[in-house]
Amino acid sequence: MPHDHHDNDHLSPSGHPYRADDDTDLSYWQTMEIAVRELLVEKGITTSAEIAGQIETMDARTPSNGAQVVARAWTDPDFHAALIQDASAATRDMGFDIGPLKLIAVENTDDIHNMIVCTLCSCYPRNLLGLPPDWYKSRAYRSRTVREPRSVLAEFGVTLPESTKVRVHDSTADMRYIVIPKRPQETDNMTQAELAALVTRDSMVGTGLAKTP
Amino acid sequence: MLDPKNPARRWHDMGGDTAGPIPDLETPDENHDFSLWEKRVDALMIIGAAKGYFTVDGLRRVLEDMGEDAFEKMTYYERWIASINQNLIEGGAYTTSDLAEKMAAISARGETYGDASSQS
Amino acid sequence: MTHFVRVKPMMPPGHVRTPIYLRGKVGEIERSLGEFPNPEDLAYGQPATAKPLHRVRFTMAEIWGADAENPNDTLDAEIYEHWLEPADAT
Repeated sequence: MPHDHHDNDHLSPSGHPYRADDDTDLSYWQTMEIAVRELLVEKGITTSAEIAGQIETMDARTPSNGAQVVARAWTDPDFHAALIQDASAATRDMGFDIGPLKLIAVENTDDIHNMIVCTLCSCYPRNLLGLPPDWYKSRAYRSRTVREPRSVLAEFGVTLPESTKVRVHDSTADMRYIVIPKRPQETDNMTQAELAALVTRDSMVGTGLAKTP
Repeated sequence: MLDPKNPARRWHDMGGDTAGPIPDLETPDENHDFSLWEKRVDALMIIGAAKGYFTVDGLRRVLEDMGEDAFEKMTYYERWIASINQNLIEGGAYTTSDLAEKMAAISARGETYGDASSQS
Repeated sequence: MTHFVRVKPMMPPGHVRTPIYLRGKVGEIERSLGEFPNPEDLAYGQPATAKPLHRVRFTMAEIWGADAENPNDTLDAEIYEHWLEPADAT
């Protein structure tokens, strides 16, 4: 048994607490998951090891991967150009296993603030940043972001000047997006690793800003 | 809910609707990880698609056809396993009767997820 | 495709990836992305024809009219070419 849900200190490999599951009553949908998994193994379509490996791969994908990409783009002009040109190739070249992800990087400036949503489902650059937060999948975020992005931003604590244009991106098809947040001021002497620590998940979705040191 | 002004509009196509505040922004659990069974569902989606049994659009199509009630009442990965299962049956990975027998056998193994999945 | 395009106001049932709030709206092509298998085929397990896909930029004023939160803000979405028709600038 990988965890005990009464033990809040117990963390999963990706560093977050597990949700209760193993020791609660078996649900209909959990029964279906076990059945589907075992049938696929019995039919020779997959193996238990392949499933475990896929879980491990997803657990290794976290916002800190994106943060490293952003910090490098802030400090390395050639990489910045490559990232804007072809974000999938640039992140792969950095060594990230992003699978078939087709990524576009959009950059915030004094004049432009980018924000990502998927109104039709919950498309997210999961192969770089990991699984999306619950709010990203919520009816409220999916519905309102394309109509009133500024009031959505205000709920995240972000208020932009009227002179900054908001550019919302609805992930309707094959592309996924990462926002390059604006580099905070007074960070000139920081290393890439120090800079990466300022890049939050929300800043790469466009619902937050990079932290100030 | 059927849009009275446009019956062709489907529930999942919600861009521009009015809705309440963005949920869960202040809850300490906002950065929770998923449980093992949910991660397995996610893995089954990736693997089933990679092996050519269905596509992400097949996953979405069934989720959309499940309707708004499912969106409101089932959790994210509950909806996913329902859709993955339907896509796998449509794709010929196994039959409905394979599934029925397997689910009955699993239910008989124990009361908890841990007990019931321990044989795999 | 022309630079300015209108999203066709079609309302087919079934799985499509063109959001309803953009149908009938005029935008400009921000970039073209190449061809991708048509999700309207993929969703039903059918062999998919490749369709050109474009990123189209709309102003909030075009989408929401007088109700726009800020008329000069913009929205980009990926729209398959078979959902687009040539349009004049708005």
